[in-house]
Amino acid sequence: MKELIFRLIKERKWITMRKRIAPIAIFLAAAVSFAVATRGQTKPAAPGTEYLVTTGEAGRAGGRLVVSLRAEPKTLNPVTATDNPSKEVIWRLMADLVHINRFSQRTEPALAKSWKVSSDGLRYTLKLRRGLRFSDGHPVSADDVLFSFQVYLDEKVHAPQRDLLIVGGKPVGIRKLDADTVVFELSQPYGVGERLFDGFAILPRHLLESAYNEGKLTQSWGLNTAPEQIAGLGPFRLKEYVAGQRLVLERNPYYWKADQKETALPYLSELVFLFVPSEDAQVIRFQAGETDVISRVNAQNFAVLAGQQQARGYAMQDIGPGLEYNFLFFNLNDLSGKSLPQLARKQAWFRDVKFRQAVSAAIDRDSIVRLVYQGRATPLWGNVTPGNKLWGNASLPHPQRSLDRARSLLQAAGFSWKGDGALVDSGGQAVEFTIVSNSSNAERMKMATIIQDDLKQLGMRVQIVALEFRALLARLFDSKDYEACVLGLGSGDADPNADMNVWLSSGPQHLWNPGQTQPATPWEADLDRLMKQQLVAQKAAERKKLYDRVQQIVAENQPMVFLVSPNVLVGAKNGLGNFHPAILDHYTLWNVEELFWRGK
Amino acid sequence: MRQRTKLVLVVAVLLSIHAVVLLAGFFAPYDVEAQHRDLPFAPPMRVRFVDSNGNPHLRPFVYPWSAREGGFGEYAEDRNHPAELRFLVQGKPYTIVGLFTLRVRLFGAENGARVFLMGTDGFGRDLFSRVIYGGQISLLAGLLATAISLLLGLVLGGIAGYYGSWVDDVLMRGTELFLALPWLYLLLAIRAFLPLQVNPSQAFLLLIVVIGAIGWARPARLLRGVVLSARERDFVRAARGFGASDFYLLRRHVLPQTFGVLLTQAAILVPQYILAEVTLSFLGLGVGEPVPSWGSMLGSLQQYHVLSSYWWMFLPGLALVPYLLGYSALAAILHERVKDVFL
Repeated sequence: MKELIFRLIKERKWITMRKRIAPIAIFLAAAVSFAVATRGQTKPAAPGTEYLVTTGEAGRAGGRLVVSLRAEPKTLNPVTATDNPSKEVIWRLMADLVHINRFSQRTEPALAKSWKVSSDGLRYTLKLRRGLRFSDGHPVSADDVLFSFQVYLDEKVHAPQRDLLIVGGKPVGIRKLDADTVVFELSQPYGVGERLFDGFAILPRHLLESAYNEGKLTQSWGLNTAPEQIAGLGPFRLKEYVAGQRLVLERNPYYWKADQKETALPYLSELVFLFVPSEDAQVIRFQAGETDVISRVNAQNFAVLAGQQQARGYAMQDIGPGLEYNFLFFNLNDLSGKSLPQLARKQAWFRDVKFRQAVSAAIDRDSIVRLVYQGRATPLWGNVTPGNKLWGNASLPHPQRSLDRARSLLQAAGFSWKGDGALVDSGGQAVEFTIVSNSSNAERMKMATIIQDDLKQLGMRVQIVALEFRALLARLFDSKDYEACVLGLGSGDADPNADMNVWLSSGPQHLWNPGQTQPATPWEADLDRLMKQQLVAQKAAERKKLYDRVQQIVAENQPMVFLVSPNVLVGAKNGLGNFHPAILDHYTLWNVEELFWRGK
Repeated sequence: MRQRTKLVLVVAVLLSIHAVVLLAGFFAPYDVEAQHRDLPFAPPMRVRFVDSNGNPHLRPFVYPWSAREGGFGEYAEDRNHPAELRFLVQGKPYTIVGLFTLRVRLFGAENGARVFLMGTDGFGRDLFSRVIYGGQISLLAGLLATAISLLLGLVLGGIAGYYGSWVDDVLMRGTELFLALPWLYLLLAIRAFLPLQVNPSQAFLLLIVVIGAIGWARPARLLRGVVLSARERDFVRAARGFGASDFYLLRRHVLPQTFGVLLTQAAILVPQYILAEVTLSFLGLGVGEPVPSWGSMLGSLQQYHVLSSYWWMFLPGLALVPYLLGYSALAAILHERVKDVFL
């Protein structure tokens, strides 16, 4: 549980985690297994290899792409990596059996060229591409797949992905049918189907088995490992690591994708990651032309960069709302057994749904959009962002800001105002509380400042405290010593299962009161029931209906007062072909194998 | 210019610029927390006497900003609606030194138009008002921290100088230790040990105590020297010969001689401590939002887009200049006088 929480930690401006990607709708499970599988026809470009032929524009080979990383990766081991910089690099080196296309948000064949689902939904038969080779030239077989999943499922390894493979309380069973066919067996239907396989890199048994047998697998593939000791199935392979400066990847000559002209991918011969510790520094490097692509800049820096794009030969793109949602929440934890008497008293306000609704009604979301994001964000009244086209509940009300409504809600909840306008509760105590957020995130601090001023108009006295991110998490999850907090979550996937840990009352990311043994309120019990139902629901429409109800309950009870969803803002140098930024992680490099330089 | 005239002039200037900050409510047209959310990062307005058609006006006026549709922070002067400045207008109520509640403000624009002499920050808050109010925190921090430092320095330096021997040794080694410490990092470390969740007034007090308590070593060494030499003067020896007590000697003969040095030290320390407050607040360790101080206002320049796009956000730094110059001029003059007295 602790580990899951710390997977939240990211030096970036939001929290991302790959949560339980469990059942997605049947329409994906069924339709994808045939429709998509046939789309990627395989054409041999080198004898004996079944290439996946991409649909992108055919490009020119050669050149290097330089991008910046916010921090040095901690490891190159896909079994232990939890931090974002590590994952950004690892997924350029590795590949999975079935992949979620970050642009279309649908699954597509990867190392498995096709798959079949048994009619009861319990058995997945995956056929591997023929002629696959690791980046060191060693051939791939079903044994590598078996070995990889054995590692992920091993409790002693503590792979963060492990709980994704526990379906209905039982680990997924896996066996080999022949040299390039594997079968996965589930103990109960798992609607999400083959989405399950995204995020499990296939490991080279010939390089890692001895380390695994010695129990040293988690220590292998650190940054100082010799490049020839690391091999994967991704478009690039490790070339050089210079501590504190850069990490250089080179083209993987054995990669399994080819373009329509039968040229083997990737086009780029080198991919360089520079370690640039702050967003501002990244912006300056990009502006100076030292890096070629920039991902997720904030709106202010976007404006600075966009102002010079013509003169400096790059183009900035606003690709619209992403999946990140920002919100304010109050401490609703059960504090019995902790000695925080003042906080316990304030919780009487926080627990009153009318109080939370009043706060929500008083917040000026349009101003947040304008002042914090320069208009490059969307106000939110629910947890599903407009970037998530399939799952949003369109019938949720979008009430305008209304101080009158806020005041009448407060009045109905027994609050009153003193002569000087200060709000007091029925016991005469002045309503004062502190909002915490992480100091590294300028946007959240600005949102808190706007909320502070909005609530002042209701007579509430709000203070803002900026905490270092780890200190903030310690307060949220360990000491529970906070009153209110502004935070953001960013799902790794558009599917509701990605947010399972947020809405289940027992979930570790049920932020306002995580890890409950019994749901504390009737509406949280409802959420539990609905989320569990949608997990096994067989029809897409049925799941959508259940999740709509979840959104409605959340919007009515306001355990999180939703604020805004920022747009995903990226940029790239002119002349970069096949650059199609997506709203899913990794926004710009998800199709790095197809990127190429025009006329360079 | 005669020294005395210079002194009077410098003191008069210092007093008047302190009065502006003290009477912030009167000089500032707006509340520091008032957010004009339709005008974020509006540039400073020019006060004009001649309009765009070349016609002179008797009263000063400004052209209000109108935001460009769909843009952010892009403004054009609205030449069709000039707003004349009015003086001694009735505004929102404010308090002076927490005692008197007044409504009258030095100036404001007519017909509910808004005037931003130094532009606005990212929340549309008037920078001019915030600079004036911000001075209250920064200057008060400088003055109070100086008082703490000098008091500590006087007591410890006085004891060391007067009693000598091992007391002197211990205390002076202590000052050497303190002088050798890297100031800024020590401040950061101390601030990190203190609780983070404090309200603005507590944070302010902490700041003052931290700055003041760290800076006692230099004045202590200086005062020790003065006390040491005063103790050996003939009239002090004579008084001791007549059986005067230690306390009497210190009070009557020794401490009065430190007065000039003390004053000079104060004039040197105040600007240093103002800068210390600015530094700490700049690093986010000072008083929190929405209370302004010069340092926390300059802190927004750490963001690249502010640094590169909005030049008026540097203005709080400019506000420091007259205060720092004033105090260093005062220190120079006082130093001259003290030298005259002693030599």
